[in-house]
Amino acid sequence: MSDAPAMAPVTTTIDPHVDQMLGQTTPSDPTTGDVTIQNYTINFGPQHPAAHGVLRLVMELDGEIVERIDPHIGLLHRGTEKLIEYKTYMQALPYFDRLDYCSPLCMEHSFVLAIEKLLDLEVPERAQYLRVFFAELTRISNHMLNLGSHVMDVGAMTPNLWLFEIREDCMNFFERMSGARMHHNYLRPGGVHQDVPLKLLTDIGDWLDTRLPRLFEDAISLVADNRIFKQRNVDIATVSREDAIAWGFSGPMIRGSGIPWDLRKSQPYDVYAKMEFDIPVGTRGDCYDRFMVRVEEVRQSARIMKQCLRDMPEGPIASDDRKVVPPKRAEMKRSMEALIHHFKLYTEGFHVPAGEVYVATESPKGEFGVFLVADGTNKPYRCKIRPTAFSHLQAMDFMSRGHMLADTTAILGAMDIVFGECDR
Amino acid sequence: MRAPAPAYAADLNDATIDMARDVIGASLVDARARVGEVQLYVHRDGLVEAMRALRDTPGLEYQQLMEIAGVDYPQRPERFDVVYNLLSLTRNHRLQVHVATDEEHAIPSVTGLWPVAGWLEREVYDLYGVLFSGNQDLRRILTDYGFRGHPLRKDFPMTGYTELRYSEEEKRVVYQPVSLAQDFRTFDFLSPWEGAGYTLPGDEKAVLPQAKGAQTPLSADTIVKADAVQSQSQTPKASSEPYAKTTAESTADTGNGAANPDAKPEPANPDVVPSKGGQNQ
Repeated sequence: MSDAPAMAPVTTTIDPHVDQMLGQTTPSDPTTGDVTIQNYTINFGPQHPAAHGVLRLVMELDGEIVERIDPHIGLLHRGTEKLIEYKTYMQALPYFDRLDYCSPLCMEHSFVLAIEKLLDLEVPERAQYLRVFFAELTRISNHMLNLGSHVMDVGAMTPNLWLFEIREDCMNFFERMSGARMHHNYLRPGGVHQDVPLKLLTDIGDWLDTRLPRLFEDAISLVADNRIFKQRNVDIATVSREDAIAWGFSGPMIRGSGIPWDLRKSQPYDVYAKMEFDIPVGTRGDCYDRFMVRVEEVRQSARIMKQCLRDMPEGPIASDDRKVVPPKRAEMKRSMEALIHHFKLYTEGFHVPAGEVYVATESPKGEFGVFLVADGTNKPYRCKIRPTAFSHLQAMDFMSRGHMLADTTAILGAMDIVFGECDR
Repeated sequence: MRAPAPAYAADLNDATIDMARDVIGASLVDARARVGEVQLYVHRDGLVEAMRALRDTPGLEYQQLMEIAGVDYPQRPERFDVVYNLLSLTRNHRLQVHVATDEEHAIPSVTGLWPVAGWLEREVYDLYGVLFSGNQDLRRILTDYGFRGHPLRKDFPMTGYTELRYSEEEKRVVYQPVSLAQDFRTFDFLSPWEGAGYTLPGDEKAVLPQAKGAQTPLSADTIVKADAVQSQSQTPKASSEPYAKTTAESTADTGNGAANPDAKPEPANPDVVPSKGGQNQ
């Protein structure tokens, strides 16, 4: 208070600078009365359990209030796009599993759809159903990880463990589908790699009816109306509709802000046009809304999967265009032509006509796009991957401004970021 | 279209092109619809106005900028294409806007229209070296701290120049030049009957003049003279690697598009500790 009368100091240290810091006045300088506080900068990560991978946030704090955040990404940059330019289209596919390793099948989905668009390749109906079916299982498994870790980031332990039970079930199903728990490499341009046994489909059907709802609703009932959980999430990082659009949000982030935009509904690919499901939207655009949007998406995914099981026809699981899809092993034993096709496809690969397409699908985290430039050879000329996390993480700065330091973990958790995809 | 790709309102393609011609005007170099997607080629000087028109004109309404992708065509005079992928939520339509540039000419930034462009432009700058004027924060984003070069350019080798390892002697992580036990194997699958842009081994004999040191024994001074003549006329050299893809003139020869074309070879990096004999030693 500069207008207050100069008071005698209570205590005085020897160092006048320390006096000033402590807000002590001295007879020689009676005006200082305010405590001088400096902003300070801390590093969040790159190794931090709530950073969901290798994220480094350089935070400028005023006390415990976040003033500014500068996210440093790229610590997991592996040059996927460069590597893809040196691989044939089929060899490039496994790289997509390793982008968002929490929802690998949805990453492959964009890439195979982009190739099929350039080739104008027809896909048999059973293959389309299988893709949608397992893409939705991937969505469930991704949301199990995200919802669980979000809950854990704000202090609850139990739901995470229960949700990991469901994720483990999903992993086992994926293993029976493709032989791999995480990096499936299952989708192919023209269809899927192999058919699934009927027992797997019936097992998943039983699981959808019994185990999934019981475990999931149990776990969510612990947090959805929990007072502590709400205190940590409601009204944290509210994003208006205008901001969500301008910052390029997609997926649960844009739906959390109240815009009913879902690529499965508005730009249906594969058999999504035949599916019946609802799009949950948030009302306030805060972290709690994003969480609850994901919770409802799990239920809708289960609904889509049940429709797939009901309607899935018998038939081929890959296109019969032998210039793209390799023949089956049994056929190769008898047909010379099949043998030649197999050899050519596994050495040279197929050539894709020149063109530039941008194909985006609704991955569990949002719009995952592939901008594919083909020049008519057997390798992509350029394959730009549009990660969802890039635009979401960029908004971290304005979303956390003015919030407490502890809220950043809730904001990050509600963004659902995986660095394999963000850094590529 | 038979492929099960995302079905947006592709029937709006032609109407979109007509409308874009009206609102963008002279800056629009070309507009076409290929593979069911609209591509607008815009000159970089009019980019911001064109983007604003695409975003704000009723009937176009491309509210969201989803992606900025760089593409490198080293054989072109303006070697880079920067592709903006726009999305209209209300019309359910997508659009590509292509802008061409080279290493020197900056593209005006669209951060004033879409804040999301900040990082997307940083990424294109980092990976291709394309400059964006008006972007307040044009730092590298994906590559390592202190990285040199622009890795997604076509003349940047896939292996890079340096590699990182933990040095037991120095007790820290060191950078060293890349040393690989085996060359990268790449095969060319372009059919020579369908216009591959290189000569097959042996074909060079048909066009080249007879090389020096022919069958007839020559005196020393004629060889010296022939040498001088040949070095003046600069006959094209035939490729010694039969499978090497020597399309047109590689930028590795011309120096086009290098981070700094004058400074070749690259100066010694003080951070790089030269190894005794590769990582396997």
